Amino acid sequence: MLNASQWVAILVAALGLLTPVHAAGPKAEVIHWWTSGGESAAVRKFSEAYTAAGGVWVDTAIAVGEQARSVAVNRIVGGNPPTAAQFNTTKQFLDLVEQGMLNNVDDVAARDGWDKFLPETVLNVVRVKGHFYAAPVNIHMPTWFWYSKAAFKRAGIADEPKSMDELFLVLDKLKAAGLIPLAHGGQPWQESIVFTAMLANVGGSDLYLKVFRDHDAKAIQGAAFKDVLLAFKRLQSYVDKGAPGRNWNDATAMLITGKAGVQIMGDWAKGEFTSANQTPGKDYGCIPGFGPKSAYIIQGDVFVFPKTTNAEAIKAQKMLAGIMLVPATQVEFSNKKGSIPVRTDVDSSRMDLCAQKGLAIMKDKSRQLGNGEVYMNPDQNGALNDILTAYWNKNLPVEKVQKDIAAALAN
Amino acid sequence: MKINSKAVLRHLVSWAALLPMAATVIVAYLGTVLWSLKISFTNSRTFPSDELVGFAQYVRLFNNDRWLLSLQNLAVYGVLFIAACMLIGFLLAVFIDQKVMGEGLFRTVFLYPYAMSFVATGLVWQWLLNPGNGLQQAVRQMGFGDFTFDWIIDQDMVIYTIVIATVWQASGLVMAMLLAGLRGIDEEIWKAARLDGIPTWRVYVSIVLPMIGPSVATVFILLLTAVVKVFDSVISMTQGGPGTASEVPAKFIMDHLFGRANIALASAGSIVLLLTVLALVAPFMYARARADRKEASK
Repeated sequence: MLNASQWVAILVAALGLLTPVHAAGPKAEVIHWWTSGGESAAVRKFSEAYTAAGGVWVDTAIAVGEQARSVAVNRIVGGNPPTAAQFNTTKQFLDLVEQGMLNNVDDVAARDGWDKFLPETVLNVVRVKGHFYAAPVNIHMPTWFWYSKAAFKRAGIADEPKSMDELFLVLDKLKAAGLIPLAHGGQPWQESIVFTAMLANVGGSDLYLKVFRDHDAKAIQGAAFKDVLLAFKRLQSYVDKGAPGRNWNDATAMLITGKAGVQIMGDWAKGEFTSANQTPGKDYGCIPGFGPKSAYIIQGDVFVFPKTTNAEAIKAQKMLAGIMLVPATQVEFSNKKGSIPVRTDVDSSRMDLCAQKGLAIMKDKSRQLGNGEVYMNPDQNGALNDILTAYWNKNLPVEKVQKDIAAALAN
Repeated sequence: MKINSKAVLRHLVSWAALLPMAATVIVAYLGTVLWSLKISFTNSRTFPSDELVGFAQYVRLFNNDRWLLSLQNLAVYGVLFIAACMLIGFLLAVFIDQKVMGEGLFRTVFLYPYAMSFVATGLVWQWLLNPGNGLQQAVRQMGFGDFTFDWIIDQDMVIYTIVIATVWQASGLVMAMLLAGLRGIDEEIWKAARLDGIPTWRVYVSIVLPMIGPSVATVFILLLTAVVKVFDSVISMTQGGPGTASEVPAKFIMDHLFGRANIALASAGSIVLLLTVLALVAPFMYARARADRKEASK
């Protein structure tokens, strides 16, 4: 039998084995709103890469973007900031920058050459007054035209539409065949997506920038913008009566079951098709826009780094900023998320058909346009959404809508 | 001398006991109201700023179609909700007061909806009123092919669906409180009324109702606060839709506080809401104060 001192020796040895040999790496508490199945799988790619580089990832997932951003802002103001917080590639975090509440990651950006591979639209959002305040992690395109091949077959449509006029013809054929031409969810953000698609495809990139970026009152009250609004309203006649309040994924489900023909939605819709075991090119198709020079609308997610003087936290922030933009991690994250990487110098062989299409278009700088939120602050964007959703649901004269939009964007 | 210091001490003790509550009221309630008032005169966005812009936010508020619609919705909703709740609650209380069998069971059943959160109520009623899957579909499947009940997706009728859902929920509470008031009525009144040969309904309207005046006033105040606060039912039933048709002031303010990052406009909206409530309640309070003073001076 063992005596007392031998037991003590065994206990000490056991405890020695249990304690880690080296100190844990820099701890990073990350606030984000990626709580759905696909999104969680995507953010896990970042946490795995960070852990592999020696860090400790503390995940603080908060459902609903607005809530997560609220919590992040409150914590930053309250003095208990997270190491990193998720925002969109928009003006949402501009107020934080102006109040001096964020650390910049200029040295990581200089070391990895961000200004060489980031698209100009994204660069203009993350770089404020010459300093880099956010790490962009993906690019989503909100205005893809998805269509169900089964529904097209039933309506006798052989090829996918190549122009807006052909799209309206296709919608008419679907209506004649007794199917729902346009699957839509009646929520303001979805109406905003349909409008953005019309502005880009009917109005063109120049008008798009004049309205969203320059708030040019003459352009807004002009004939070209009137045509855009009329095309937007015309699409409403192809939507079924149960649309108000419907969630976007329920609308995608209508395409998956072949009940509806077309949906205008972002590339996150791919996740729904994939979950239903449908493949692009075979069961469904994706059209980024009409015409050889159609615009690729850019929106996405970024991580900001709240101000702190704690050396460990700063180390963690720089590690995060570096890891999130590594090409291989970018591809793995985007594959799970449904987006495309924020850099075009990646190996696209493991990306699906629609993502490859998107990446190819991104390489052409002249086709890059930012989403409305890139150019307008949340207040202006919200005011525009209110007017658009009222126009979609009610019979308002188009001239009044033009006047209201000009007034809303003049603020 | 001795009596004086005892009185002072007693007052001091009472003041000390009230101090925490008084501090909370002054700092948390009044203080924040004054702070909101100040913010509504600035151009604060995500963070409070000290740059005063006069009445600019109020001007912008009243040029905003969505805000004007929300005020209109609040007025329509308020009138219908309070009237329907009072009427249905009073009738239910009267019926239960008739010493029916299973009175305890009925009381529980009618009060049960109030135990649900407004969010759960909103969700369930949204499913019920959905034209494709709810009541309309059920009645159509029973054979009435032309039956339509799609108020929830109609721009003009959607506010009435919110009234229906919340009246269903709150009537039970009104019933419970008025029943308590009715139970306080002396049996002798009924005997006297029967002797005089007055019909039952006349007794209720002319004699009982004035006697339960305080209960009715309490219920009215409770319902009024529920009307001003209405937010969760709208969010869970229609999310303010279709479009912005079922917008209410509370939702407008919340949206601008967080999503739109415009706390100045949201503060202006909340000050306007506060003034509206004060305008409604002040005459009522004044009338009661005068009645109390009359009672005291008799």
